[in-house]
Amino acid sequence: MIALPEPDAAVLARRDVILRDLRTLVPDGPFGPGVIGDAIRLRAYETDGLSAYRQPPLAVVLPTSTGEVAAVLRYCHREKIRVVPRGAGTSLSGGALPLADAVVIGLMRMNRILDVDFADRLAVVEAGVTNLGITQAVAGEGFFYAPDPSSQLACMIGGNVMMNSGGAHCLKYGVTAGNLLGVTFVTMEGEVVRIGGGHLDAAGYDWLGLITGSEGQLGLVTEVTVRILRAAEGARAMLAAFRSNEVAGQAVDAIIGSGIIPVALEFMDRPAIHACEAFANAGYPLDAEAMLIIEVEGDTAEQDDLLGSIAAICNRFDPISLRVAETAEQSIAIWKGRKGAFGAVGRISPDYLCMDGTIPTGELPHVLKRIGEMSDSYGLKVANIFHAGDGNLHPLIMFDANDPESFRKAEAFGADILKLCVEVGGCLTGEHGVGVEKRDLMNVQFTETELRQQRAIKSAFDPDWLLNPAKVFPLEGNPALAPRIPAVVPHG
Amino acid sequence: MAERLCPPDEAGVIEAVRQAAADGTPLAVEGNGSKRAMLRPVQAGRTLSTAALSGITLYRPAELILSARAGTPLAEIEAELERHNQMIPAEPPDFAALFGHAIPSTIGGMVAANLSGPRRIGPGGALRDQLLGIRMVTGHAELVRSGGRVHKNVTGLDLCKLLAGSHGTLGVMTEVTLKLVPRPEGSLSLAVAVPGLEEGIAALSAGLGSPYGVTGAALLPSGIPSGMPIGMPGGPSLPGSPVAVLRLEDFRRFLPRRAEALRGLLSRFGDVQLIGEEDSAGLWRQVRDAALLEPAPDQMVWRISVRPSRAPDLARRLDAAFEARLLLDWGGGLVWATGSASIAAHEAVVAAVAEAGGVFTLFRAPDPLRAAVPVLPAEAVALAAIAGRVKAALDPAGVLNPGRMRA
Ligand SMILES: Cc1cc2nc3c(=O)[nH]c(=O)nc-3n(C[C@H](O)[C@H](O)[C@H](O)COP(=O)(O)OP(=O)(O)OC[C@H]3O[C@@H](n4cnc5c(N)ncnc54)[C@H](O)[C@@H]3O)c2cc1C
Repeated sequence: MIALPEPDAAVLARRDVILRDLRTLVPDGPFGPGVIGDAIRLRAYETDGLSAYRQPPLAVVLPTSTGEVAAVLRYCHREKIRVVPRGAGTSLSGGALPLADAVVIGLMRMNRILDVDFADRLAVVEAGVTNLGITQAVAGEGFFYAPDPSSQLACMIGGNVMMNSGGAHCLKYGVTAGNLLGVTFVTMEGEVVRIGGGHLDAAGYDWLGLITGSEGQLGLVTEVTVRILRAAEGARAMLAAFRSNEVAGQAVDAIIGSGIIPVALEFMDRPAIHACEAFANAGYPLDAEAMLIIEVEGDTAEQDDLLGSIAAICNRFDPISLRVAETAEQSIAIWKGRKGAFGAVGRISPDYLCMDGTIPTGELPHVLKRIGEMSDSYGLKVANIFHAGDGNLHPLIMFDANDPESFRKAEAFGADILKLCVEVGGCLTGEHGVGVEKRDLMNVQFTETELRQQRAIKSAFDPDWLLNPAKVFPLEGNPALAPRIPAVVPHG
Repeated sequence: MAERLCPPDEAGVIEAVRQAAADGTPLAVEGNGSKRAMLRPVQAGRTLSTAALSGITLYRPAELILSARAGTPLAEIEAELERHNQMIPAEPPDFAALFGHAIPSTIGGMVAANLSGPRRIGPGGALRDQLLGIRMVTGHAELVRSGGRVHKNVTGLDLCKLLAGSHGTLGVMTEVTLKLVPRPEGSLSLAVAVPGLEEGIAALSAGLGSPYGVTGAALLPSGIPSGMPIGMPGGPSLPGSPVAVLRLEDFRRFLPRRAEALRGLLSRFGDVQLIGEEDSAGLWRQVRDAALLEPAPDQMVWRISVRPSRAPDLARRLDAAFEARLLLDWGGGLVWATGSASIAAHEAVVAAVAEAGGVFTLFRAPDPLRAAVPVLPAEAVALAAIAGRVKAALDPAGVLNPGRMRA
């Protein structure tokens, strides 16, 4: 159970004045009110992708320009009001969870594409443009924006920058950080700074790199310049199913060892295969313990060649089934189950926690065995989805939110998995961020010295700790946060 | 000669920094000192070198990761990777010739300067994108780790990115972990002579915007160096006029078709010639190390990062100001410039780069000059204030490489 800091009573008492002031900074527009203050409409912002935690904010502002964002921040800085930035609110770690005394700054109305330049291979977009919206804007010329989180239909590029999001294809194309050229950054004081731009490398300190993945701790991003890439000539997938997690892990090692880097290399364990098959009828082998989806790129002959080589490698590991797509449609069919994995698990169990540790890839069999044992002892089911090439593991822990004990167990189970990830040489989060969810586990991965150093860097940007506080860093030890109370309850 | 400390272990680095902070003696932080001539000269009573912290500590070819102590020579790492047909994707350069010495780079120094070669434009990105983890000693004389040994990690603030390119001013890295990729089986290049820089950049853009997997895109303003045979045996070389060169790398069996397709795409820019594997490798080494720039020993060298389409205009301005010699890489996004050492030339670079919306690093200059001018672009006021606080957070006594990046 995660605690939030006690709301600032003086700020709560000034609520009406604050709302009035904010309305002068962000006026109503053609798309609706610039400031939301009524309890019913605030509920739309009370949670994010980690829906077990809910807390309506003091107010929500929906600016339409960098100037408005800067004005709101300047005001909140002067008045010492906490701020929670928000994109689409799909964070799975509670990164966008409001605080009772905080103003949520929602970037969704800043959704214009400002510039697309195919010759320089870049696009300049506002922070509220969706991830898929960028690719859609450039796809006509055969280009795409590479990082592709499964939430790409909804999540926004500003949120992607702040979480350093990954996707199924980051094995080849890297995560968000490697695909950014610049941002328009607004400091807590309301200063607007351009960082980076159309060029590749920074001279001087790499502020862009530090801001990426900083979970709204350092400032707001209102515009983003991304690299766009020319799409490959084509892509095709295959499916390989094995008798055990160990054998599937060995097949992954052998593929990487052959010098082939597939664009995607996804692993599913038995419960995940069954959940996805029941949901999507993708023809997954139900007698398998583990299944790989492997995708390669190139023209048709190159695809045949690479898939042939990979199939030959898989054949050395006595596969239960091997299915190489002949056509684009067959590829889509292979992906169909995996892409619907969250929905599939959601059908078996309406409530689940999606964990996100990373492990050294060679540790997979050991880690899955331990997770299986934990599942038995907690009495909760779990399905595992794994980005096998890069070690990012997503156990989906199923629980019943109507039963507080079940929720408590699910959180404890999740914490145990993440501790295990750190123990075997990995980390707490590969792409979903720390947020509130993993905040209190930070000292499993970091020493007190290391956390103090990270906090000092946050303080350099945000001396009063007004920006998205109560996330990322355990509350005890934070310089500017009041004593805590158990302010949130799981919804029922 | 200032005292030079080469602690053999992390504890020794901690002790050296503790001592420096306690008695307020600044430290010149370096590996082997191969890039000492970069940026501003450091005035320090003592040098703290990581040279004795050497050796690969973890290499897992199947996991595509390698950890090494900061002082490990880059060449040692590359030799080990070569045995497993792997490489550091960023293609780190070797600037010994450019700096006129034979000192080998250490991996820690390479990371601290965040230097990448031609493959920077590929999907692997810059050296900093391949930096998975660091161990460092801060100015508090404390050990701090960031990242780790796994490919995907967003736990906490990313100090790896902050330290990469910080030139020893925020901490002394003692160990780094890098992401690797398999070494492509084959490579070749296509060269096309173009009338001018605009056309050259357009040719590179056409290649980089193609689906054939171009992993190098350079523009040589005065052509291929004589003595480098290209094309068919006995075919013409391309001296004098600018030449755009594009590299393809992959399994050998895929290259002929892609080269043909790329040739078709480039043919509207001029006569396209094929450069075979061996010559191609030699040429890209010279691009990577900026050897083709051939600056005279007393000349200045700038490394400029710019939006590619702005490069031709930038080049014209530099040419008008001081007849700069240039070498362009990264599809035109990296401009190397050299010319006679003078404050006026430097001011011309500062102005032209600002106009083009890019950034510069004064890479090499006579000591008095590089001590007198800003070697990096000025930071926005709000960022400069944050930078001061970040530096104070990591090095409160200001003992790590004072003055190296900014006066
Ligand atoms: C079904 C589903 C699948 C998912 N799949 C993936 C996946 O494959 N890979 C992956 O990496 N993630 C995945 N996610 C997680 C999530 O989508 C990403 O973290 C995403 O980047 C969040 O974007 P958002 O716009 O929703 O940001 P939000 O959730 O609104 O915010 C995320 C964080 O960023 C801050 N923030 C948002 N915008 C700004 C801004 N402009 N300036 C400053 N701070 C800001 C917020 O305060 C918060 O801390 C998934 C989520 C769901 C629900």
